[in-house]
Amino acid sequence: MKSGSNLERLLESGQFSVTAEAGPPKGTSSKVVQRKGELLKLCCDALNVTDNQTAIVRMSSLSGCVLLKEMGVEPVLQMVVRDRNRLALQSDILGAAALGIRNVLCLSGDHQKFGNHPTAKGVYDIDSIQFIQMVKNMRDEHKFLNGEDISGDVPFFIGAAANPFADPFEFRVIRLAKKVAAGADFIQTQGVFDMPKFIEWMKMVRDRGLDEKTHILAGLIPIKSVGMARYMRNNVSGLSVPKEIVDRMADAREPKEEGVKICLESIEQLKEVDGIHGIHIMAVAWEDIVSRIVEEAGLMPRPVV
Amino acid sequence: MIIADQKPLSEIQDMLAPYRKILLVGCGTCMTFCSAGGREEVATLAGTLLSENKDMTVDKMTIPQQCAVKFIDRLADKVGNYEAILSMACGNGVQAVANRFPEKPVLPALNTQFIGVEKEPGIWTESCMACGDCILWRTGGICPITRCAKSLLNGPCGGASGGKCEVSKDRPCAWQEIYHALKRLNMLHYLKEKPRVKDWPIHPGRIVREDLREVEAA
Repeated sequence: MKSGSNLERLLESGQFSVTAEAGPPKGTSSKVVQRKGELLKLCCDALNVTDNQTAIVRMSSLSGCVLLKEMGVEPVLQMVVRDRNRLALQSDILGAAALGIRNVLCLSGDHQKFGNHPTAKGVYDIDSIQFIQMVKNMRDEHKFLNGEDISGDVPFFIGAAANPFADPFEFRVIRLAKKVAAGADFIQTQGVFDMPKFIEWMKMVRDRGLDEKTHILAGLIPIKSVGMARYMRNNVSGLSVPKEIVDRMADAREPKEEGVKICLESIEQLKEVDGIHGIHIMAVAWEDIVSRIVEEAGLMPRPVV
Repeated sequence: MIIADQKPLSEIQDMLAPYRKILLVGCGTCMTFCSAGGREEVATLAGTLLSENKDMTVDKMTIPQQCAVKFIDRLADKVGNYEAILSMACGNGVQAVANRFPEKPVLPALNTQFIGVEKEPGIWTESCMACGDCILWRTGGICPITRCAKSLLNGPCGGASGGKCEVSKDRPCAWQEIYHALKRLNMLHYLKEKPRVKDWPIHPGRIVREDLREVEAA
């Protein structure tokens, strides 16, 4: 075991895993995080705590992780290189290890321009692939980026993101290979709506044997309304929402039910895709739907290993 | 070349408020090429200032370079007649002039933006950040440090779409351009490598060339 986390144990034992997102609040209320923890703890194996998501200032991801851990929920610490240089990243990794956090997701982060402090100085001292490699070296070699020794263990299950829908398509799998070579133990993908394109990408992934070197969890975003579908299609870079999905949401008498249905159909298809080891549900501001989706997808109760 | 644009007139007016006798100095190199502070712009700004401030004296002078002492010296016998120098140079030129005339307020009329090129008439784009460690040989002649909004060394990120950067539809994704350039040049293998973590320069930069110093000393 690299980290001994629940997520690592499940994935290594071949269980189809379920993770979801628990975003911290734009404020100091621990209850917001705890409420999401309560809602999600029985239906998920680990919860990602986002790091100033969409570049909007929120309670720190590490604090959110500690709040979840205190209530017995396993967190995934999301960290972006947008806001921290190599010193801050490494010191937060040490602190997270000391606090018992065992999963980390290494990301670039949405550009600060999209957030609520759009003229902030972006850090981007190292990039996400270099960050993955750095955490791996901290864990496996007990070395800081500069080669100095670290005292104590740094047991992390290291995650990365992959977006099969960004451009250039033929390069996406090369980039995934780089992330895996850098040390990504698991991958959470961008939300999947365009299933044929995702399946094509997964074939390229399997052709390179990457599915055997890392655990790929397919991202899912439950859609609440046609407005949300259109917004994601038009405004979220690197997200591909086919016309068919938008039309289904537009024609639906009960859009929320249709959104759940689309999500469940996607899960059924994803279960059949070789190399998919789980799902990651990003139900932003709709956390209470997750347990129903997991239940109806036949993924309850969550296994214990 | 260095690219700049003019400050809002209101800010220039605020800077000039304490002064009535101004020497407005243009620069004949980059600021002329980017139409921000050459002879023509000096004439236009002088005209505007005079029409806005009836009691002001604005004299004009454009020197070939405001960042070279030998040209700045051409101002030496004039500056005594003015309360302030309004410089239409880049930040480099403004500082060089201020350094040469420490008793005189030297005020910037421009905002220095970047090192870049004129893409087409009226459009300039940034292309170099002077980061001190050039990797253009492995990126198809396109700088990701400057032209990728996240300065990624392993791009493109997940935000690239339709060849555009997530930051703006007006911005090409530098890594998409790099990908196509390397493909064209048969150098795609560079994309599969893992570039080392960058050593960022310590500011302010300083270069010492001992060979040239010895010549000077001799």
